Amino acid sequence: MSDTDIERLSYDVVVIGAGGSGLRAAIEARQAGKKTAVISKSLFGKAHTVMAEGGCAASMGNANPNDNWQVHYRDTMRGGKFLNNWRMAELHAKEAPERVWELEAWGALFDRTKEGKISQRNFGGHEYPRLAHVGDRTGLEIIRTLQQRVVALQQQDAIDHGDPEAMLKVFAETTVTRLLLDGGQVAGAFGYVRGSGDFLLFEAPAVVLATGGIGKSYKVTSNSWEYTGDGHALALLAGASLLNMEFVQLHPTGMIWPPSVKGILVTESVRGDGGVLRNSEGKRFMFNYVPDVFRAQYAETEDEADRWYTDPDHNRRPPELLPRDEVARSINSEVKEGRGTEHGGVFLDIASRRPADYILQRLPSMYHQFKELADVDITKEPMEIGPTCHYVMGGVEVDPDSQASSVPGLYAAGEVSGGMHGSNRLGGNSLSDLLVFGRRAGQSAAQHVDEVETAGRPQVSQADVDAAVAEALAPLERSGGENPYEVHAALQQLMTDQVGLIRTEDELKSALTELEKLRARAAQVSVQGGRAYNPGWHLAQDLRNMLLVSDCIAQSALERQESRGGHTRSDYPEMSPEWRKVNLVCTLHGETATLARQPMIAMRPDLLGLFEVSELKKYLTEAELPISAAAAPEETR
Amino acid sequence: MSYKAALRVWRGDDGQGTLADYTVEVNDGEVVLDVLHRLQATQANDLAIRWNCKAGKCGSCSMEINGRPRLACMTRMSVFGEDETLTITPLRTFPVIRDLVTDVSFNYEKAREIPSFTPDPAIGLGEFRMQQVDVNRSQEFRKCIECYLCQNTCHVIRDHPENERAFAGPRFLMRVAELEMHPADEADRREIAQDDFGLGYCNITKCCTEVCPEGIKITDNALIPMKERVMSRKYDPLVWLGSKISRRPHHDTPAVPGKKQ
Repeated sequence: MSDTDIERLSYDVVVIGAGGSGLRAAIEARQAGKKTAVISKSLFGKAHTVMAEGGCAASMGNANPNDNWQVHYRDTMRGGKFLNNWRMAELHAKEAPERVWELEAWGALFDRTKEGKISQRNFGGHEYPRLAHVGDRTGLEIIRTLQQRVVALQQQDAIDHGDPEAMLKVFAETTVTRLLLDGGQVAGAFGYVRGSGDFLLFEAPAVVLATGGIGKSYKVTSNSWEYTGDGHALALLAGASLLNMEFVQLHPTGMIWPPSVKGILVTESVRGDGGVLRNSEGKRFMFNYVPDVFRAQYAETEDEADRWYTDPDHNRRPPELLPRDEVARSINSEVKEGRGTEHGGVFLDIASRRPADYILQRLPSMYHQFKELADVDITKEPMEIGPTCHYVMGGVEVDPDSQASSVPGLYAAGEVSGGMHGSNRLGGNSLSDLLVFGRRAGQSAAQHVDEVETAGRPQVSQADVDAAVAEALAPLERSGGENPYEVHAALQQLMTDQVGLIRTEDELKSALTELEKLRARAAQVSVQGGRAYNPGWHLAQDLRNMLLVSDCIAQSALERQESRGGHTRSDYPEMSPEWRKVNLVCTLHGETATLARQPMIAMRPDLLGLFEVSELKKYLTEAELPISAAAAPEETR
Repeated sequence: MSYKAALRVWRGDDGQGTLADYTVEVNDGEVVLDVLHRLQATQANDLAIRWNCKAGKCGSCSMEINGRPRLACMTRMSVFGEDETLTITPLRTFPVIRDLVTDVSFNYEKAREIPSFTPDPAIGLGEFRMQQVDVNRSQEFRKCIECYLCQNTCHVIRDHPENERAFAGPRFLMRVAELEMHPADEADRREIAQDDFGLGYCNITKCCTEVCPEGIKITDNALIPMKERVMSRKYDPLVWLGSKISRRPHHDTPAVPGKKQ
C-alpha cells in the first residue's frame, strides 16, 4: 500500500472505543439492524474497563430492600455536589438495574446473595450496599460479557448473512485521528491500523464516541496508555463542546511504592469491606475531615463507624467511605502536615481488621497485585497508598436523553461524555454509566441513521481526507525534531505539578503559558522508523489530543473560582452556590480553545422534592430553593 | 538503587529479524515492561510492544522472557540477577507483526466457534437465581484475562501448527468448560468439545496451568473434568445405544458456528 492509498468502508454506525460504553452502544446499534463498526485502540477485550475493580452501582435492593432509584439518585447528586446534569443522574439511577440484569442474561456471573440473587457491596457515598460485583474484578466480567455478546451476535449473523462480520465488525488496534463532516454533519471518520500503518476511511452518518478519559496527561495515574483524550479532542475538532473539564478525579488510593507501580489503583472495596486509613501516628484521621454537608450521614466515633458494618440501619457510615474527592484531599492534608508514610502516602489497613481468608475471598486481585509488585502481604501488613489521577468528570456536552452532541450525527457515552457525575463521580457509578448511556447512544445513533436516510447521506470531501492524511504523516516526514516521548513526559510533569489536586491562580496561569510552548514543541516532533506498529508515531498523534484537552482543563480550572468535587482551589477554598449555577463550556475557534459560561438548568421540582430543604440550602442559592421553603422561617419547617 | 541491565530484544517483522543488544537502566522495584518502556523512550522509539493496563489485568503484554512465556508487566526485574542478560522474544506460536508484537487473531477465530451462553429463554430480567457455590467453578475460569500464554505454550499447537484447525487450545476448551458448568446454561457442548474443539489432543501435561498469570487451574479444574464429562456422554454404552436407535443427533448439542452441517 502506498502512502496515500486508503481503504474506504461504509457503515451505518461507527463506534469509536471498545470499552464498556462502546461495546454496549455497538450491541444496541446492531440489534436495531444497523451495520456497525467498533474501533478499538487495543485488542478486542482489553479496553480500560477491565481495570474497574469494585463494582457496578444499581439499586436492585438485593442487599437492602430499602434501596431504590430515588436513593441512588440522591447519592449521585450529593457525590457530584449538585453540579450533575440531573436528568442524566435520574436516567442512570432508574435504568441501571435493568442493564445489570441484562448482562446476567448474556452470561455474566456476579457474586451471589444467600437467596441466589446478585450480591451488592458497600462503597463510598452510596447509602446502601449497591455495587454488583465479582470479587474485585468486576470490570473484567463486564467487558468479557459484552465481548461475548458481540460474538453471539456475530454467530447469528454468520447464519443469517453467511458472514460473521456482515453487521458488526471490530477493528482491533485501530486509531481514529479525525472526524469528517459534510455541512456540519457527521459524514465519517479517518484513522490508521496500528499494526500495518494503513489508512482507513469510514463513511458513516452516525459516530458514537466512547473513548474514555484523559489520565495519560498526568504523571501519576491509574489509567492505561489509551487514555489520551482522543474522543474529547475529536469532538472539539468537529465543532462540539466540552463541559466542565476542570473536574478531574483523583482516586484516593493508588499504590505509591515501588516507584514503577506508582498510580496503580487500589480498589475502594478495601474500605467498603472494612479497611481503614491511618496516618504515620496510627490514627484514623478521616474523622477529622467530614465536611459540613455530609456531617449528618457519617459516624463521629470509631465505635459507631465499626458498628455500621453489621448494623447499618442504626449507625452512621465510617468517614473512610466519604466520596473520593473528600478522601483524596484529606490524605493530601495529612501528608502535607507531616503525618505521611516514608514514601509520601498514608496507610490503608485491612490486615488488622478482617481475617486473612475473608480478605483473600473479597479482594483476590489486590492480594495478588501487592504480593507480586510490592512484596506486601495485605492480609498481614497495611498498604501504603496515595491519590492517583483516575477519572475525568468533564466531557463532551450531550443531550441527557439521546447522548447527542451539538454536531448532528455525533454521540458520546461513558467517560468521554460530561454532565452525569457533576464535579465528582461516586465509585461504582462508572460501570453503570457505561451500560445505561452506551445503550442510549447506540439507540439514538441508529435512529439518526434512519432520519438522514431520507435526505441522503452526508458525503466525505476529498480535501478533508487529504488533510487528514497529511496531518497523520507529518511526524514521519519531519526530521531532526524532538522525540515525542520527551514532550509527553514534559506534559505529564506540568499537569501533575500545576493542574493537579490543589490548584492556584498563579500556577494555572503559568501552566497555560507552558502548554502553549508544549504545543509548539509537539508540532515539531519527528519520529524514527516506518508506519508498521510504530509506537513513537502513535504517540505523536496522541499528543495533539492530550494537549488540546489539557488546555481545556487548565482554562476551566482557572475560570472556576471555587472548590467543588474534583476541582480544589487553595485561593478559593469554599464551595459557592453561585458557581453551582454555572457550567463552563469549551469550544474550539481556529486552533485555540475558548471558554464560555452557561447557566445550569434548574432541577425538576419532583426531583428537588427528594431532598430535605435543610440539605438543599447547603448547595443552592436562596432563589433556587422550593418557593414555600425559601419563604418560610427556619423554625416552622 | 539502579543498575544497567543487558537486554537482547528481538527486532524485526514476520520472516526476518534478529536479536539486538541494548544496555538499559533499571531502578528499584521495576518490572520488565518498565525497562522496555525506558528502552523505547530513550534508544528505540519505534520498538513495537503491545501493552495496556500495566497492572496484570488486561493480558496484552505477553512475551517470552528468557524463553518463558510471561506478562512483562508482572515480571519483576528482581527475579533475574543484575549480571544476567535478558533475552526477550515475541510469543513463538503466533506470527510476528513487528518486534515483540504478534498476530493473535487465531484466538479470536476460535472464540467465535464456541456456541455462546444459552439460557432458558423463559427466564426474565432479574429472575436468575444461582447459589455462590454453584457459580464458583465457572467464576474461576472467568478470571481469564486472555493473555494467550496458555495458547502459546501448549505443545499441541506450539510444535504442531498443523493442529491449529482441529484444536481450540486450553483457553477455549476452558471456555467450553465454563459454559458447561454455568448453572443457567442449557446447551450440551460435550460432543463438540471432543469432535470439533480437539479436547482429545490434550494430554494433561499442565504446561498451560504453569504459565497462567491468574493462577487458574486450567488442567485440573477445566480440562480433566471436561474429559470426564465427554466420557459419560460419548462412551456411555446406554447413551451410545440410544443414539444408534434414534439415528438423530443429540437435540441439545448446538451446531458449531461457522461449520458446514
